[in-house]
Amino acid sequence: MHNISTIFRRELASYFATPLAYVFIVIFLVMAGVLTFFVGNFFERGQADLQSFFTFHPWLYLVLIPALSMRLWAEERKSGTIELFLTLPIRMTEAVIGKFLAAWCFAGIALALTFPFWITVNFLGRPDNGVILASYLGSWLMAGALLAIGACVSATTKNQVIAFVVTAALAFLFTVAGSSIVLGMLQGWAPEWLIRATTQMSFLGHFGAITRGVIDLRDVFYFLSIMIAFLGANAILVDLEKAE
Amino acid sequence: MLEIRHLVKHFGPLKAVDDISFTVPRGEVLGFLGPNGAGKSTTMKMITGFLAPTSGTAIVCGHDIAAQPIPAKRCIGYLPEGAPAYPDMTPADFLDFIAHIRGYTGSEAKRRIGRVVEMIRITEVLHQPIETLSKGYKRRVGVAQALLHDPDVLILDEPTDGLDPNQKYEMRKIITAMRPEKAIIISTHLLEEVEAVCSRAIIIAHGRILADGTPAELAERSRHHNAVRLGVAAADPRVRDDLLRLPGVAAVEPVSDGEGEALMIFPEKGRTVVTHVADLARAHGWAVAGLRVERGRLDDVFREITTVPAEPASVAAAG
Repeated sequence: MHNISTIFRRELASYFATPLAYVFIVIFLVMAGVLTFFVGNFFERGQADLQSFFTFHPWLYLVLIPALSMRLWAEERKSGTIELFLTLPIRMTEAVIGKFLAAWCFAGIALALTFPFWITVNFLGRPDNGVILASYLGSWLMAGALLAIGACVSATTKNQVIAFVVTAALAFLFTVAGSSIVLGMLQGWAPEWLIRATTQMSFLGHFGAITRGVIDLRDVFYFLSIMIAFLGANAILVDLEKAE
Repeated sequence: MLEIRHLVKHFGPLKAVDDISFTVPRGEVLGFLGPNGAGKSTTMKMITGFLAPTSGTAIVCGHDIAAQPIPAKRCIGYLPEGAPAYPDMTPADFLDFIAHIRGYTGSEAKRRIGRVVEMIRITEVLHQPIETLSKGYKRRVGVAQALLHDPDVLILDEPTDGLDPNQKYEMRKIITAMRPEKAIIISTHLLEEVEAVCSRAIIIAHGRILADGTPAELAERSRHHNAVRLGVAAADPRVRDDLLRLPGVAAVEPVSDGEGEALMIFPEKGRTVVTHVADLARAHGWAVAGLRVERGRLDDVFREITTVPAEPASVAAAG
């Protein structure tokens, strides 16, 4: 626990040591605002909710989360600090979890800074704040799942650009898994169970369920299990690939 | 303190390290020599638990690095090749991070950081980002990090690379001062460094140990060992002929270097010829500018051992 928190603090501080943190947060907030008000027609809808805000989160994350996760391991491998880091008396799981939690916490900070949307909607009407809270939680869980995928990809390369592109592609697949784009590719040849399983994998589906205000434990469990699976793979990949 | 048992590492078809074994007791500074790509760094990476060996293992303070990595890593201080450190951190933050990971907090962390900062002399750059530091300071930050927990086993991959001559001298002094209570391995390209700080040297090439002994023992294997440098003008061929006729002289070669012109007189193996040379010079009344017996040169031995693809068994010295 001590090691995880030490690694967590170093990693989180490293986001703020470079302009990355500020650029990320500003762009996230601006884009969220533009999408909510102009594309999502927040005012025209005339409804006191943040549906038009949360709808765009999966698409926003598709671009922004890989930018956050790409440096997690690739940067350490590029600069050689991975050799220093992994010869310290820490367990691989502590290293993986500490880094991931820092990234996830950072995403949480960015998400929390969208509170003016929440204030606005409460000023204009009487939204169901329970639904909003659930949606925030869902959005954060989804960010965590994407970050875990990104961390895992980042562990396989020294090149942050490759990490970004591959993560974005994987994130896209997971996000739209239940849509006709992916299902269309499977239909006709894949067995029924595979198609059903793929539908179940969709981030959009699980996130959508949560934003309707129903926190079904299965949706929460889904995102958590994606995180655990990819972080597990992350630990194994760091071990395997570090020689190169 | 440190025992390396039959370490082997393959990268695909390449045998980077091919069955290396040695032990380093407390109080020894082992110089790890070899050309680039000889397997020095790979061996160090395996000892410190960064790379898993293909076979074999290292026992660090009684802990097997493969089976009990955490306790083994606790007693190692390691400076990896190129002295990597997080570029956007300052040395102060970086050392604080290392102190926490090593289990020191509060005043104990402060005390230990203060001690290494003092020892390695990095006070003046403590609050500058590491990426803005000179190569020498970066290297010193890396060494400071390795010494923070006062480890029993110290493994330094090229600790003086990038340092200026004064800094090199300082670093060697620090290493020598720590020698009595630690087992230390340093890798280096600098043969003068081996003579300056190491109590023992291992030469490896192609992943194998080719020689193992004290620097003096290794130097004895040089053709310059016991050679006599006679400071006379080499122009007169009669001088050379006279010298060659002396008993025990194998060869005479003219040399010309910073010290001026001279003849290098190589004895036959196991013989000393300096008295004969001196007598001869006196008898002929040569104008001798200097006379010196060479101890032998490590760089000769190094070049000879590492460039001739010899059978390791025939050249390995009795360690």
